Amino acid sequence: MSGAVLLHAAGVGKRFGGFIALEAVDITLRPGERLGLIGPNGSGKSTFVNCISGDFAQHEGKVTLGGHALEGLKPHRRARLGLARTFQLPQPFASLSVLENVRVPLLFGADPAQATRRAMECLEQVEMAGKAEKLPRELTQVEQRRLELARAIALDPRLLIADEAMAGLSHAEIDQILALLLRLNAAGTAVIMIEHIMRAVTEFAERLVVFVAGRKIADGVPREVLAMQEVEDAYLGRQ
Amino acid sequence: MSATTLTRAAIAAPPRHAVFWLGAIGLGVALLVILRAIGNDYGYFAGYFILQYVVLASAWNILGGYAGYVNFGAAGFMAAGAYTAIALRKATGLDLMPGILAGAVVAGLLGLGTGYLTLRLRGVFFSIATLCLAVVLQTLVVNWDYVGGSRGAYIVNPMEIPPFVSWGEYMFVVMLVLAIGTVGIARALEHSRIGAGLAAIRDNERAAEAVGVPTLRLKLIATTLCGALMGVAGAPLPYYSGYLNPDAAFSLSYAVNAIAMPLIGGAGTWAGPVIGAVLLGTLQQAATVTISSALNLWIVGWMLVVFVALFPRGIMGWFRRRR
Amino acid sequence: MDPQLSLLLNGIVSGLLLGGLYAAAAAGLAISFGMLDIVNIAHPALMVMGAFVVVAIGTALGLDPLLVALLVAPLFYLVGIGIYGFYHHFFERRGEEALQGLAFFFGVIFIVEVGLVMAFGPEQRFLDPPYAFITWRLGEVDLPLRMLVPAALAVTVVGLLILWLRRSFTGLAIAAVAQDADALRLMAVDPVKIKRLAFGISIALAGMAGGALVVVQPVEPSSGQIFIGRVFAIVIMGGMASLPGMVTAALLFGVVENVTATFYGPSWSPAVAFGWLLLVLAFRPQGLFGRAA
Repeated sequence: MSGAVLLHAAGVGKRFGGFIALEAVDITLRPGERLGLIGPNGSGKSTFVNCISGDFAQHEGKVTLGGHALEGLKPHRRARLGLARTFQLPQPFASLSVLENVRVPLLFGADPAQATRRAMECLEQVEMAGKAEKLPRELTQVEQRRLELARAIALDPRLLIADEAMAGLSHAEIDQILALLLRLNAAGTAVIMIEHIMRAVTEFAERLVVFVAGRKIADGVPREVLAMQEVEDAYLGRQ
Repeated sequence: MSATTLTRAAIAAPPRHAVFWLGAIGLGVALLVILRAIGNDYGYFAGYFILQYVVLASAWNILGGYAGYVNFGAAGFMAAGAYTAIALRKATGLDLMPGILAGAVVAGLLGLGTGYLTLRLRGVFFSIATLCLAVVLQTLVVNWDYVGGSRGAYIVNPMEIPPFVSWGEYMFVVMLVLAIGTVGIARALEHSRIGAGLAAIRDNERAAEAVGVPTLRLKLIATTLCGALMGVAGAPLPYYSGYLNPDAAFSLSYAVNAIAMPLIGGAGTWAGPVIGAVLLGTLQQAATVTISSALNLWIVGWMLVVFVALFPRGIMGWFRRRR
Repeated sequence: MDPQLSLLLNGIVSGLLLGGLYAAAAAGLAISFGMLDIVNIAHPALMVMGAFVVVAIGTALGLDPLLVALLVAPLFYLVGIGIYGFYHHFFERRGEEALQGLAFFFGVIFIVEVGLVMAFGPEQRFLDPPYAFITWRLGEVDLPLRMLVPAALAVTVVGLLILWLRRSFTGLAIAAVAQDADALRLMAVDPVKIKRLAFGISIALAGMAGGALVVVQPVEPSSGQIFIGRVFAIVIMGGMASLPGMVTAALLFGVVENVTATFYGPSWSPAVAFGWLLLVLAFRPQGLFGRAA
């Protein structure tokens, strides 16, 4: 592994009252890396995402992105540093058109004057240019996922966290989203994919991290990680 | 279809600022000519009454309609403007115009302060805080003898103010200019990136923050502007009536109308509060002649409930195909 | 005893009694706002409506106001059921409670308040039971029954409510409904039914609190306004869904407000309410007794 580090999470933990949702997790990500993050429900995957994205203002441990300490930064500041995320359930701006949805991040970015043009480009990247005028509620589920990705792409991210971006989609639709993510990754964006659909993760990830009960129990090449006894136990025992 | 044609259609209405301003000014001049032709002071009075609500309702809409945060304290912010004007006149002798400016600053700071303390939490806490704000400001004013306390304060206005035919006409023109300015500000804001950011906050605050919208800063801009414009609506009040007491300044009708007018007209668009204010304002003017003011307010209360239940997009919603 | 100290002691004791009234006023809100997540800003207005109904019935039949308050509680329960049905149908179900739902309750405040003005006139109304003029004395401390009896009733009712919420299945379901409606569905409990029942109870409590209010002080249609800040501050300070926390907060609030009034004059007490609310919201939004998130 050569020296460049994009994301460095050290000792990240979060507790709610007495309940420990996440405990002392270390993860280091290189620029452009494709990481799969798996684990049973309640294993702390989303908690981890929320610590990184800034949705939880306070947590244990330290996180840096491209050398910037993220501590105390609000989500919108982290987004400007190149951290984009999608949500488990798509969260579009319901009263804004598809194009306006994608314009929002651009209007507060480096070049607001070019927002509309850039937004169309982002929509073209996710093959949604033809739906620019639609309202989110007029979209199918996979189109809503695409919109969510377009909005994330508009941030020109160095790291994209895709939180179950394929849940509820058909086989063919999963392939479409996978292709989108791979294209985005080929352009240089690192991706953390959180997913229950194992086929998608194994196809996509070059490295796999497994959470169980708030702890990281495995981190390595997917084939080797999936062969580990602890990982198998965690899945068989829990699901 | 090429990208450019799509674009134009997808971004609401393209803001045609010149048309709006020319239209607004033309309409204002036409109103003045008509009222002067009628030559009755009651016309100016009714006009002032309605225009003051145009300002108040548009101000509420900037926070409530655009960002989805409910401000219940319209009467408090308005009275803050009115009493600032009174205090300024007593302390320095400065009259209406500086009074409006000072009223805007004080009420704006009040909005900023309330917002700063409560907006980091769920939006409903801000609403609850504004609900109490009017009560507390009223307590302060009642206990503040310098501005007349509970007895009220008098402002003696000049009999003549050329080139206007009467003091009533002058006040009407002042409020007309303020109303056009306020609606213009609201409209410009709606089409600006701040407007887009506020709409994103209204629809989904967490997602807005995640895509890089500085939500707290935008909300504070909106609360400040909302408070300031409500102060603007209130500052001329003592000059208009010549006398102001806490009961009149903190009148319930300001609080309920500031919310009912935008919601009935259609919150979230600049035209909604204007339509609501003209409609409800005219209705109330007509009604005070025939029925008691209590029944009047009662009807507004019922209209508010019926409209938010049955027509959540207001009258503007009828004209819009979607959203 | 030092007169200042005696004044302070009396201020604290009557503040505690006042806190009892506040607990009654806030109890229903702790259910609707704290547990059901329904921001019923019309709660104090409905309490004042309760006070007017109690005065009207009590005067007509010559009954004790607190007795009448208990009798009208079922009536207010029905009013609550009706309001919740409307609220659920038009706002909660559509997910529009944030703006439209809040505006709806604001409209309810107006309809109630102005309706009272039209029905009874804007004047103050009162109904003094015979014990209202009796004051017990414990050494230097005065215990006016006008304050003590309503406070005792309030504490009793809230105590019974706490027991019921902890012991009965329905009570537990109410406490759970806002957090986990799905879990209730799995147990074959309809969350909407539970919320309707609970909201009905919260409005019944508002009606009863109106009876307590009328014993303590004369009421006018706009009396509810000044209670909005108080009751929300108390429920938030108490930690939203906790009734014991709410009672503690109410007593504390009563003491602070009353001591302020004793030393600085009663016209400043609304400012105390608002000041507390802002301080709580700014520094301890999880309540005085809650844990930091």
